[in-house]
Formats: sequence, structure tokens, C-alpha cells
Amino acid sequence: MALHFELVTPSKLVRSEDVHMVVVPGAEGEFGVLEGHAPFMSTVRDGAVQVYKTEGATPETIEVRGGFAEVGDKGLTVLAEHVED
Amino acid sequence: MASLKELKDRIKSVKSTQKITKAKQMVAAAKLRKAQAAAESARPYAERLAGVMGSLAGKVNGDSAPLLLRGTGSNQRHLLVVVNTDKGLCGGLNANIVKEAKKQARKLIAEGKDVSFYLVGKKGRAPIKRDFANSIDRHYDTSDMRNPDFAEAEKIADDLVAKFEKGEFDIAHLVYPIFKSALAQDPTTVQILPVPTPDEIVESDAAVEYEPDEEEILEDLLPRYIKTQLFGALLEREASEQGASMTAMDNATRNAGELIDKLTIQYNRSRQAAITTELIEIIAGAEAL
Repeated sequence: MALHFELVTPSKLVRSEDVHMVVVPGAEGEFGVLEGHAPFMSTVRDGAVQVYKTEGATPETIEVRGGFAEVGDKGLTVLAEHVED
Repeated sequence: MASLKELKDRIKSVKSTQKITKAKQMVAAAKLRKAQAAAESARPYAERLAGVMGSLAGKVNGDSAPLLLRGTGSNQRHLLVVVNTDKGLCGGLNANIVKEAKKQARKLIAEGKDVSFYLVGKKGRAPIKRDFANSIDRHYDTSDMRNPDFAEAEKIADDLVAKFEKGEFDIAHLVYPIFKSALAQDPTTVQILPVPTPDEIVESDAAVEYEPDEEEILEDLLPRYIKTQLFGALLEREASEQGASMTAMDNATRNAGELIDKLTIQYNRSRQAAITTELIEIIAGAEAL
């Protein structure tokens, strides 16, 4: 099983894929989200979101600014105002 | 009766007008596709944000709610944020938006409220100034923006929130066109400030953890929600403008074609009449010899 990860900005849906783990720079510290994480909501400070496609893989980093993360039944959704590819 | 030369010039001028309208129509059709795609790709963000708002707003209420949600407690001073286009040549679009804005303004004034305007886009200025010259609060110029841009929406939202926090108005409404099709763009009014509580409050039984806490998240989220709404309005405006422009220019091209046909018939008739007269004159002259 994998974690469904979505990264959305006002202008487009940047990512929508199944990954192993995502590390999000939360306002009160970084947190990693794996599949089956408890419902959780946090604001995100400016920084890099690290996406681990598979266990132990080198993470892909995406710079986000002004954001918000939500973990629900459907997986992790990160809403960001700006994303730097 | 116009002379042959006059008719010829007239046909030439209508033809060049037709070329312009046709070009504008094709440009609008191409831009419309882009604007529609942009409007569509902005939807997921707005939907998710609205969903989160729905689940949070139900949990935070009463006096602890942030000012943007709670409001100033009065509903005397209303601000109408009217989103118009910057360019013309788009049929009745701007006239319809202005009509809607004026209707809302009159309704509020009849209820004894104070109304002021915050105008986005150039084309709403003159017609609103005509009726409500003293209540225009600000013009926001979007004419150097080529495509709807989130940064632009951010600036407008920040400006509005700052005014709201200073207590310059109690309630803000957003008037903008909703793009339905190239033929129909409906001007609509929605309340943006204070942020209306969503109709459907999502009740989830799962215990959600919040970091920092609900109120702080909400405080962070509300300005973002307003920005998203303004951005959505700018995108809708862009799509509506191109759609209306395409339809209007299509009509104009067709009308020009009809006019050219009519003028060509008239031109041919006069030419024929001139030739006939000339022939009669020659024959009459020959007979007289």
C-alpha cells in the first residue's frame, strides 16, 4: 500500500500520485507522513517538501511557499500558494 | 444617390473593418481555450480549500473566531468589489456587470446602508462614476496583467483585508461574471468579507489533530481563502471576456458581410445604370446625325 499524495497550487494540480512517504515542513517542525497516518492538519512554513517514491529512495524535493497540509482518509493534501519546480 | 466612387470606398472601408473583427474573433477563440483551461486547473485548489474551511469553521465559533470570520458586528457599511474587464470589444459583458453592481447598490441603499465601490478593471469606471461618483473608494488597475496571476489576486485581497481590519467597511461583496459558455456569462454577487460560514459543515468522526491549533490555522487560512476567491473571479473574468468577445466579433463579422453584399448590389446597379445612360446617349447622338 502507498500513500496518496496531492500537491495543489491555485494555478494547477502539481502532483497527484502514490508515494511511500512525504516529509512536510510543518509550522511546528517537520513531520513525515506514511500510509495510514491519523487525521492531521497543519500549516506549512516555507521550505522543501521531500517526497520518497519508495522506501529508502533518494527524496525528491519540492520548494513550497505559503501552505497548508491536511492528512485525511484519502491521503495527504498539501495546498501551497507557490511551488518552485 | 451615392456616386460609384463613394460606394467603392464604402465597400473598401467595411471590408477592412471586417478583417479586423475577424482577426479579433480568432484571437479571442484561441485565448478562450487557454482561459478556460486556466479556470479549470484552478478548481482543485479552491475545492480543497473550501472543504478544509468547512471542517474548520464548524469547530471554531463564537468570540474566539478570527475577525475575518466573525465580522465587525455591524452591517451598515457595504463595499462592492466590482470586477470588470480592461478592454472593450466584448459585447454587453461590462454593461451587464455594471447593471448587476448598480442593482445591488440600489438595493442596499434602499435598505438604508452606506455603499462604496472598489473597482477592479478599467471598463467599470465610467458607467459607475456616472451614477455613484462620490462613493468610489478605489480603482485597482489590472491592465498590465496579461494573464490572471495569483500575485495580483493576492495584492487585491491584502488591500481589502487591510481596509477591513482598519474598519473602513463592514461587509464586502464581490461582483464578477461567471463564465457559462461563449454565449452566456452571468454576473453574480457573493459575499467575501466577513467570510461566510460554509453551508455544509463537514462533520467527521475522526479525531483530527491540529498543529498549531484550530484558531491559528483558521487565521492563516482565511486570507488565503479570500485570495483564492479573488483569483477565481479574475480567471472567470478572463474566460468571460474572451467568450463574450468571440461572440460579439462573430456577430460583427457577419454584419459586415451582409453590409458588403448590400453595398455590392447597390454598386453594380449604379454601374449598370451609368452604362445604360451612356449607351442611350450615344444612340441618341447617332440618330440625330
